[in-house]
Amino acid sequence: MKPAAFDYACPDNLDEALALLADRGDRARVCAGGQSLGAMMNMRLATPDVLIDIAGLRELQAIAVVDGAIEVGAAVTQDALLRWPELVVRQPLLARMLPWIGHYQTRQRGTVCGSLAHADPSSELPLALALLRGEVVLRSQRGRRVVAAADFQTGMMATATADDEMIVAARFPVAQAGTASAFHEVAQRHGDFAIVAVAAVGDKHAIRLGVGGVADMPGVIDLTWPVADAALNDFAWALGGADDQHATARYRRELVRRIGRRVIEEVGDALS
Amino acid sequence: MQRVEDPTLLRGLARFADDLPTPPHACHAAFLRSPLAHGEIRAVDTAAAKAMPGVLAVITGAELAAHSTPFITGVKVDAPQYALAIDRVRYVGEPVAMVLAQDRYLAEDALEAIVVDYLPLTPVMDPVMAVAAEKLHPGTAGNVLHERDFRYGDPEGAFATAAHRVEATYHYPRNSCTPMECFCVIADYDPGSEAFEITANFQGPYTLHTVMARSLKVPGNRLRLKTPPYSGGSYGVKQAVFPYVVALGVAARIVGRPVKWLEDRLEHLTAATSSTNRVTTLKAALDAEGRILALNYDQLEDCGAFLRAPEPATIYRMHGNMTGAYAIENLAIHNRVVVTNKTPTGLMRGFGGPQIYFPLERLLDKAAAKLGLDPLELRRRNLVPTDAMPYRTAPGALLDSGDYARSMERAVSEGGLAELQARRDAARAEGRLYGIGYAVVVEPSISNMGYITTLLSPEQRERSGPKNGALATATVAFDPSGAISVAVSSVPQGQGHRTVLAQVVADVFGMDPTEVAVSTEHDTAKDPWTIASGNYSSRFAGAVAGASHTAAMQLRERLSLIAAADLNVPPEDVAYGNGRIFARGNPDNSLPLGRSAAKAHWSPLSIPDGAGAGLRETAFWNMPELAEPDEGDRINSSGTYGFIFDFCGVEVDPDTFAVRIDSYVTMHDAGRLLNPMLANGQIRGGFAQGLGAALLEELSYAPDGGFQAGTLADYLAPTVMEIPELTILHDQSPSPFTPLGAKGLGEGNCMSTPVCIANAVSDALGRELTSLPLTRSRLAELMLGEEPASTVPQIPAPAIDGHALQGQGSTIVPAPAKDVWAILLDAEKLAAVIPGCHALTITGENAYRADVTLGIGPVKGRFVATVALQDLDPPHALRLIGGAAGPLGRSQGEGRVTLSETPEGTRVAYTYTVTISGKVAAVGGRMMDGAARALINQFFKRLVSQAGDGDASPGLFARLLTWLGLAK
Amino acid sequence: MRYLEAGKRHTVRFTLNGRAVEREAEPRLLLSDFLRQHLGAFGTHVGCEHGSCGACTVRVDGKAVRACLLYAAQVEGKAIETVEGLATPDGLNALQAAMQKHHGLQCGFCTPGILMSLSQLHAEEPDADEARIRDVLSGHICRCTGYHGIVQAALDVFGKD
Repeated sequence: MKPAAFDYACPDNLDEALALLADRGDRARVCAGGQSLGAMMNMRLATPDVLIDIAGLRELQAIAVVDGAIEVGAAVTQDALLRWPELVVRQPLLARMLPWIGHYQTRQRGTVCGSLAHADPSSELPLALALLRGEVVLRSQRGRRVVAAADFQTGMMATATADDEMIVAARFPVAQAGTASAFHEVAQRHGDFAIVAVAAVGDKHAIRLGVGGVADMPGVIDLTWPVADAALNDFAWALGGADDQHATARYRRELVRRIGRRVIEEVGDALS
Repeated sequence: MQRVEDPTLLRGLARFADDLPTPPHACHAAFLRSPLAHGEIRAVDTAAAKAMPGVLAVITGAELAAHSTPFITGVKVDAPQYALAIDRVRYVGEPVAMVLAQDRYLAEDALEAIVVDYLPLTPVMDPVMAVAAEKLHPGTAGNVLHERDFRYGDPEGAFATAAHRVEATYHYPRNSCTPMECFCVIADYDPGSEAFEITANFQGPYTLHTVMARSLKVPGNRLRLKTPPYSGGSYGVKQAVFPYVVALGVAARIVGRPVKWLEDRLEHLTAATSSTNRVTTLKAALDAEGRILALNYDQLEDCGAFLRAPEPATIYRMHGNMTGAYAIENLAIHNRVVVTNKTPTGLMRGFGGPQIYFPLERLLDKAAAKLGLDPLELRRRNLVPTDAMPYRTAPGALLDSGDYARSMERAVSEGGLAELQARRDAARAEGRLYGIGYAVVVEPSISNMGYITTLLSPEQRERSGPKNGALATATVAFDPSGAISVAVSSVPQGQGHRTVLAQVVADVFGMDPTEVAVSTEHDTAKDPWTIASGNYSSRFAGAVAGASHTAAMQLRERLSLIAAADLNVPPEDVAYGNGRIFARGNPDNSLPLGRSAAKAHWSPLSIPDGAGAGLRETAFWNMPELAEPDEGDRINSSGTYGFIFDFCGVEVDPDTFAVRIDSYVTMHDAGRLLNPMLANGQIRGGFAQGLGAALLEELSYAPDGGFQAGTLADYLAPTVMEIPELTILHDQSPSPFTPLGAKGLGEGNCMSTPVCIANAVSDALGRELTSLPLTRSRLAELMLGEEPASTVPQIPAPAIDGHALQGQGSTIVPAPAKDVWAILLDAEKLAAVIPGCHALTITGENAYRADVTLGIGPVKGRFVATVALQDLDPPHALRLIGGAAGPLGRSQGEGRVTLSETPEGTRVAYTYTVTISGKVAAVGGRMMDGAARALINQFFKRLVSQAGDGDASPGLFARLLTWLGLAK
Repeated sequence: MRYLEAGKRHTVRFTLNGRAVEREAEPRLLLSDFLRQHLGAFGTHVGCEHGSCGACTVRVDGKAVRACLLYAAQVEGKAIETVEGLATPDGLNALQAAMQKHHGLQCGFCTPGILMSLSQLHAEEPDADEARIRDVLSGHICRCTGYHGIVQAALDVFGKD
């Protein structure tokens, strides 16, 4: 299990990285933490010609609150965000979800934006981004664009990022006063990919529920209080999961109904 | 005492196989493995691989076969297995070719350039179906390669007259102990002496040395097999390195250089070895009081693609103790061993145990329910009585010692069963799902080398000659400085051999254990060994430590003669203590131990007659109780039998069906404990693996033969979060048959824990459980009633049906049906529609071959795709048959496409059936369905674009995505 | 920009357990292979090469990370710590000694990685409780011990200073 040969590029600044990306297109792969990409390269499932390592780029190291959102640079590790002192106040849902990503050791290399770029259907961060209606900031030599979460992930391990583009930051909206959130995940073991992960954020009027692990990408639905079982059930069906060796589609739907209910109740309790 | 092994390990200075020096000109091997569960090898093209940089050789099965013979097997059948597949592959991961290159990276580069032309054959995956399915091996009569019936007592009579009869069918799954260190082999060949020198992290049994030497076509003394001083776990598994010892030996011979191979995790999980999966129909006959009168086992054992040595040992290892811890006079056993398209099986901690105790202890719960008895009471009534020890079971085991009833009652009181029952009652009163389970197990250790011959009829055994015993050997020596060292022919994998042997020998000489040096490397050319040597069947404490004790005692006798002369006392008055030898009754008359010992080296003429020169003793120890099977097929399959009684309380989450172990108590009677700390360490390790087998672990296969557990994210070994606190209790009934009274104890919880947890979960849920592992999803499927339907009509989700992934969908193409049809029938246009198509050649009428790059996200691979269009009904319908093959794996499928006109354009509807196997399926099982859909989506996206001349409107594209279920 | 071409060896400079090292490596060479095969630091073990088992865990600039998911080229200028650097001139460090005392290892293959994770945790959170210790250990698979002795060893060392 050894990677195929590749060129390794360690650009000194973002412009160099973008120039290289423009030049090499889909034969280049941006790598920040490499916790998913590295494993796939070792198995030769991914065989890029050139690996562009952005972990050291100064421009991408920041966590800051900008225009009501927590803007997380593309080189920020999951662990660094988890240790950010303001996180629990600014966005408690993220603080709850981050410890579920992989393990202590992988969170110290794996980045927030890398997880979004990888777009694994069972990952926590794509679910958080979709649920919170965050945004992804993409850069290329052609310019900068901000893509809403709903438009960013287009399928399983597929995103709207063009071949010459890379994520430079992710934007997670700061939690609003009067809202509450909750999160539950069911995995086979601690740290495994979610069989079902359910997150919710709500206020007095409505609640938004997001589910990961079931379909090709996170599913999100807006519901109003009180949430009827039928609505939750329809959502569970609409996600359209399939059987795999770890869980049946039926079990996943059941979890969406049951864990979904737990999460909804938790948000309700927190609001009252 | 603390382990003497630890400081070296903790500093990172221990030398495991891959840490040993390799000759500077050694080259590195990598294996090309079958992506198919079953297929004919039509051609292997290695030319491109051979031309790659750093590549020294590419060896195919045919070349290997010229230098080796098939492995000898315990069952004489015409189903030859070589270290590489020759003309057929029979399981995913079977080695097909071997690359030798300057380093592993270059070797793996070359693997991708080897092209194998396979003709896929229908895989046989289910052992029950395998019985009547098309045979895997042309030379055999069928897939059942071994079948035998056994009768002890009068089972038919007992069943006919019994008050109660219970019966159930149980399925034990495939799993593995997955040591953290994978296999490693370093091989060299000397053409001058026509001899192999091979280092491997092999663990025995050394019966396999004969198998390897024969396969390499040399006498045993031309295969020098060495094992390293440290091994990163085995639990039986490293027995299965032996085919690679042969492969690497042949490779060294062909390339004329030393060769090295280190197995990687994907290879290990896919193709190293496995426990057997077994289907057992077990019947029990009971009298009105709940005494078991008879058992009837119908066992169907799945050994995978070949009966690789030592199989079919799994099904015979327990033969003598098939009645468990119970006094049961009448027993019938029907054994069948089948081959299927799965990895060959082999040694595994608990070997054969969980396969019998899962049915037996599950069925006892069922019997208790039927009789209205407490399950514990039913077990209590059937235990082998203490005054019957040593007790001969119906099938021939001699249960050596134990007070089963006392051990059980001690556990009940000291383990707090009453409190646990109160906790269950309280939990149930609150409506929680809480259950208690029990398991009673007899744990055999020190395998009789003759047990496997139980598979032969008495007449066949007569012809082949008796096989018996469990010969162990150890050497203890004083060097000229008077220091002592011990060497044994057991290869440790973490059990603390050095610590225990140092203790045992130090005790004999009254010295500090730290002064004893223990060598645990082994070299068949230099060290004493026997066919029973190795580290398996929990033989260390009983046999190996015992042999060391015997050798030390023999040496002490001689040393006492020397010292007696120096101390001027009779030899029987020589005593040992504090590193000195002294006269009993007069401790002042003493000598340093080393001085007398050194005398044997420095002044051999001065030592008394009978002491012999040079103080080195090699002892061979055997058990007279381990005779070959008798004419009635009774076999004392093991030398000692420990007793285990487990109980546990579990709670099942009513929403997620996660099983939480609330309390687990395990009582062991393994005879005399040599080192309680190490003993508990073995129990905890076995328990963790047993828990994994109960709840998480499975080497799973898709019905199409694709292997699905290629990574440690798919094969789920428990982490620290899954292992609960464990209460360990000990009883000590010394074995009368081993020198130290010790028995093995490392495997017991692999036998008891899976069924104990299953019994508790069954109690909690009120449901029969007949298979493992008890994953959350499986428990949910068992418990959930009818599912509420959606109020919105559903598009059927893709499903795994029979042998394949199935799905359907449709899309609107903005063009008339005849244009869409024209694209599908036009090679050039089709080339533009097939995702990632580089080149398309016409191979026949409406048949094409294409070079494509397929993938999703960063996952991309080159494939050769074949496409044929059939059943043409222009412009309405056609059938598409095709496949793709490349280094990442293979897929085969067919689809039916129908075209119909709509106001927006042509509706293209399709159904498909795809099978995917090889690497992508092994490591990405949870995404295969999504990936298949994504690729089909790519195809139609391009079809839309092609039909609409590249300007499909965004509205149409969005609608397409919606249809495909890829956008909401 | 540092641009290392495939198939060629490039110099990498870093410190290994405090000692400056300068060696050549191809871009694709895994850090785990670099340490073991090129630097003879065999204490770091390889168990899965896909980031799941934790056996190869080393500390890079203080952080416990998987060496199988890093390339040698990526540790340029960094400080690498491996199990070989843990013992003091007087003998085993507190964590190592506790592992021996509590029988926290059997075959010892997974042990170096576990020690590296716990050493970071101990340096940063010396009062970590059992739940936190277990969370950190959950990134390691041990097939021998059932984890009991490992947890006991950690509990013996944490919360003591």
